[in-house]
Parts: sequence; C-alpha cells; structure tokens
Amino acid sequence: MSKLTVVEGSYAVAHAAKVCRPDVIPAYPITPQTHIVEELSQFAANGEIGACEYITVESEFSAISALIGASAAGARTYSATTSQGLALMHEVLFNASGMRLPLVMTVANRAMSAPLSIWNDHQDSIAQRDTGWIQLYAEDPQEAADMTPQVYKICEDSKIMLPAMACFDGFILTHVYEPVVLLEQDLTDEFLPPFAPEHILDPSNPKTFGAFADPSIYSEFRYMQELGMSAALKKIETVADEFNEIYGRYYGGLIDGYYLDDAEIVLVAMGSVIGTIKDVLDELRAEGKKVGLLKIRSFRPFPTDAIRNAVKNAAIIVPLDKSISIGKYEGALCTEIKASLYNTKIDIPVLGYMFGHGGRDIPPERIKKIVSEAEKAIVNGITIESSYADLREELL
Amino acid sequence: MKEIRIHGRGGQGSVTAAELLAVAAFEDGKYSQAFPSFGVERRGAPVVAFTRIDDKPIRIRSQVYEPDYVVVQDATLIDVIDVAGGIKKDGLIIINTETDTEKLKNISAKVMAVDATKIAMDVIGRPIVNTVLLGAFAGATGEIRLESIKKAVGERFSGKIGEKNVAAVDAAYKAMEAHA
Amino acid sequence: MSSKLCIGGIVEPGSTVINKTGSWRTFKPIYHHEKCIKCGICELSCPESCIIKTEDGYYEIDYDYCKGCGICSNECPRETIEMVLEEK
Repeated sequence: MSKLTVVEGSYAVAHAAKVCRPDVIPAYPITPQTHIVEELSQFAANGEIGACEYITVESEFSAISALIGASAAGARTYSATTSQGLALMHEVLFNASGMRLPLVMTVANRAMSAPLSIWNDHQDSIAQRDTGWIQLYAEDPQEAADMTPQVYKICEDSKIMLPAMACFDGFILTHVYEPVVLLEQDLTDEFLPPFAPEHILDPSNPKTFGAFADPSIYSEFRYMQELGMSAALKKIETVADEFNEIYGRYYGGLIDGYYLDDAEIVLVAMGSVIGTIKDVLDELRAEGKKVGLLKIRSFRPFPTDAIRNAVKNAAIIVPLDKSISIGKYEGALCTEIKASLYNTKIDIPVLGYMFGHGGRDIPPERIKKIVSEAEKAIVNGITIESSYADLREELL
Repeated sequence: MKEIRIHGRGGQGSVTAAELLAVAAFEDGKYSQAFPSFGVERRGAPVVAFTRIDDKPIRIRSQVYEPDYVVVQDATLIDVIDVAGGIKKDGLIIINTETDTEKLKNISAKVMAVDATKIAMDVIGRPIVNTVLLGAFAGATGEIRLESIKKAVGERFSGKIGEKNVAAVDAAYKAMEAHA
Repeated sequence: MSSKLCIGGIVEPGSTVINKTGSWRTFKPIYHHEKCIKCGICELSCPESCIIKTEDGYYEIDYDYCKGCGICSNECPRETIEMVLEEK
C-alpha cells in the first residue's frame, strides 16, 4: 500500500518531476506555478536530482529556448509555466514540436490578461492548441503528479517525439493541501526508461535540427507531426494501463467516464471541476436523473473516435469550458465536440456553457442549474448554442 | 464532511492554519483538503482559507459556502466581514478576542471566544495566534485529537519555536475544553 | 527519385559544399597583387568565406563558390580587386 502524505499540489508535481530524473531544468517563476520550480531548485541544490542542471533563466522565452537546446543535445528536460509566461513562449513552442523534441512542461493553468488576473481558467493552454504539443489535463494533484512520468513515456516514444504539456488548474490544484502518494523512485525507474533519442546534437557528429524547408517539402513535415499525434492516441491509452499495473492508479486514458454508460445528459469537462461534478452527479443519480460525465484527459491529440463512441447514446451533450474563443462565443471543448460529431450519423444536440473564467468559483449549485437547463433543452430544443453559465448580468 | 472557514488578515498565518488542520485530520485517519481563497497576498488584507475533513476522499473543488465551523483570527474583521455568512444551523464560530463584548452578541450563530493573543504572548512571546486557535478548535469542537494538532504543529516549526507553539496549542485546548 | 525526409527537419551537414554557387556570378573579382598590402579585409568581408590566404600572404578566391557579389572589391582600401564581366 502506497503511503499518503499531506502536501501542496505543487510539491507533489515537483516531486514527480524529480523522480523522472531530468537532466536539465530551465525555469522562470510565475504565479501560480512558482512553488513547483522553487521546490525543484531546492531539490537540485540539495543534490537530490543527480547531476541535473538547474538554469535560472531571465524569461520564459529563454526557458523554452534552453529546453530546446538541451533536449536536442539528448537531455531529458523539465519546466513549468503558466498564462503570460506560456504566451511569451509561443513562437518557440512551434520550434519545439517542429524539431520533434519531447520536452515536458507542467502548465499551472491561469487566465490571460488583460484584465489582469492571476486566477485559474484554461485560456492559456487552449490558446496554444495548434502549436503541435500534446496536452493532457489532470483533475487533482495526484493525477497531475502521476501524469508527469506518463507524459515523458508518451512523448519520448520514437514514433511520437512531440513535446507535451501536463496541465493542472492553477491555485485550485497547485495550492491545495491534501493527501497524495509521492511517486516512488524505484517504481518510476521501472516505469520510465531513460531518454534515448535517435538523433542528438553532438559537435563530433554535427547535424542541423529544424532545417529550412521550401514549399516542395514543408507540408510533409507537418503531416509527419500529425502522424506523431496519431501514434500518441494509442500510446496515451497503453501508458495509462502500464502506469496502473506498476503504481495501481488509473484516471482514464484519452477520456474517462462517470455514470456515462446510460447517461441521457452527458456533461463534458476537463481539469479540477471534474471532482465537483462527480459529487453533484452522485446526488443527481440518487434522485434518478440520468446524468453522466465525459472527462477529457487528452485535448491534443483530440480523441475524436473515443468521444463519438462515448456519447453516441446521449440525448444531449453539454460541454463545459474554462476558455472562450472571442468572436465565436464558445469554448474549445464545445467547438471541438461539435466538429467531431459532424459528418457522422450521430445527431445529438450540443449545449455549450462557459464558466469559471478568471478564477470564478464553480459551486455545485451551478452544475445543478446547468443540468436542469439541459433537461429543458431535451424537451424544448436548443435556443442558444453556447453561453456563460455564471455571467453577472447586473454588472452589464 | 466537515467544512471549516478561517478568517484572518494577511500575515497572520490563516493559510498555514488551514493546512495544519488538514495535516492533523489526516493524522487522525481522515481525508482532508486545505486551500486559500486565492486572493492577492498583502499583509493586513482580509484573507480566507478553508479546510474540509471527511471519512472518504474529497473530490469537490469549490469554495466552502456553508461551513460547520468558522475560526476568526482577528476580532476587528467582525466589522468588515459577515463571519457567520452561510454557517450551518448548529455551526460554531471561534473568535480570538479579549473579552465577550457586545459585538459578539450581534453574530447570528453560536460563538465561543478565546483570548488567543494573550495565550500567544504568554507562551510564544509574540502575537502569532494561528497555532493557538488550532488548539482552541480541537478543544471546542472535538473534531480533531489534540495530539494530532500538536504533531502537525511540531513538525511544521522546528526547535524552540516548535516547542513554544505546541505549548500554546495545549494551553488554548485546555482553556476551551473548560468552556465547552 | 527524392530521398525520404527525416522527422524534425534533421539533416546531415555539408550541403553547402555540394552546392557550387560560382555559376551565379556575373562579375568576377580579379586580384592585382602589386597594390595589395595584405591587410586581409577582403577575407574578413567575404560573406561566402571563399577568400583564402595563400602561403605568401596574399589572398586568392575560390571561384567554385564566389557569387561575384563584389563586397571584397568595394571594401579593399587599395582598390586591388577589379570586378570583370564574366565570359560565359
């Protein structure tokens, strides 16, 4: 039986990164990610991460650039960031995926400014969805910690070789104290083999990474990245199973379900709100309401087939988003779920809600209200496809 | 599930108190969860932190709206904040104050007062009341064993400071136990 | 037949050596060593690194790669390098 310890979510994740034996950690602190890199700098200073080089860079742009150089040279790398820091990395995120470097980065999800907000939503990582990074979302500190060796194993696979973001909600999960199993070094060594890339930067055998590609060959490189993502679809599932065999914990592969099999109303969500929804569903099921939850664990690659299969018997699908595409007035899950169902025989209404933006709390009552709106929509049809569930009309 | 809300001011250790409650409850064999209300941290500004304690794993991630217990570290907050907001019918508020003043009678919930500042000055020598109030909480509610609180506090603060804090926990526990 | 692409745009070095750019020239630089003071500014200013110092301290041009840009001729303080229309 693994030993539980009451620690902060950030500590659990920093500890998980440590036992993955990274060679290089370039990191720049930013709220609410700071505790993770502070803990890691302490581990490194104590000599607890072997010969790991901890680089105190002067910005997130430098952090990601150092990650690229180190990874190309064959190092296993780790960093963490959030929000404006992730946005500052934007152009280099494309370089990392285009050069097929399996960087691992924890994203402590936080809203984007302006207006200035340090609190949680998913706008930061969702805004990076087309950069070619794998994106997984954790529902609690234990899953965020456990996700760390999982993403290394996924992205370092020779058929995948893509960078990955392990996302977990800023403050809600980074700053919570609760019982967590800190990942054991021996189990992690058994689970995660050393990083052994086929191509490395080496002065004695020089190579160019991310070379010039003229129009005659450019699309083929993008297509090869897509093939890497396709391979990840399978690998995310098998790695979740392998993790379960060794550590005895499982959170779903690409997706997970809660009361999903016979659900008429299917709520779709990612991240920390999953826990609150599960509690609400226990109550609603006791009242006889056929409500279920589809948890999206992998946002990139997007598990289109798994989602189609999971929702095909629903009466209504309700994506719940902590992001917004301004000008479309819906969140990323809503858009992608609808796109996944088009051109199929599945004809189920999709009723999108956005909530919890900029750290607004999501009480159980909000979930119940959404479910009752969905019940009405089953009978009366959908009038508004997507809206804020927690808009304060009195301020407008 | 028992839910606790802690009111204080930035720098008074409200978040630490919530965390130590979670550690102590876990020591008692329970599941627990502690988190701040995620304000922008400034010394002196009103701060709220929460703890949940349950026999099964805690999944809910929303803030606490209907607490079983409220701990108020600084009686001046009563003028600024509705410390009884949302408290359950049989809920209890523990307030750090020198005396049972008229002000406390206006609070629409069961209130217990403890002069945590005096205990802190007597035992620790500094007006740091967060650990004192944890002792008071254990004494007044019986939700957490005194030994577990003392263990959590002793492990968090090392050396002499740790010993003094543990002694302050003891003193506050006894004061409240006599009350309750 | 084209060769297969490697992921990440990862390539072996040395393609610049295969690609002889000398055929791009319209004007060809010619040294007049009698005026040369061996200052080496031509070598430093050549963007193709195809000006090479010889054993006697003068400089010569690798015409396999010289594109005839004329920078060396422009930079030379003694007007040692003449740009001559290439005969093709």
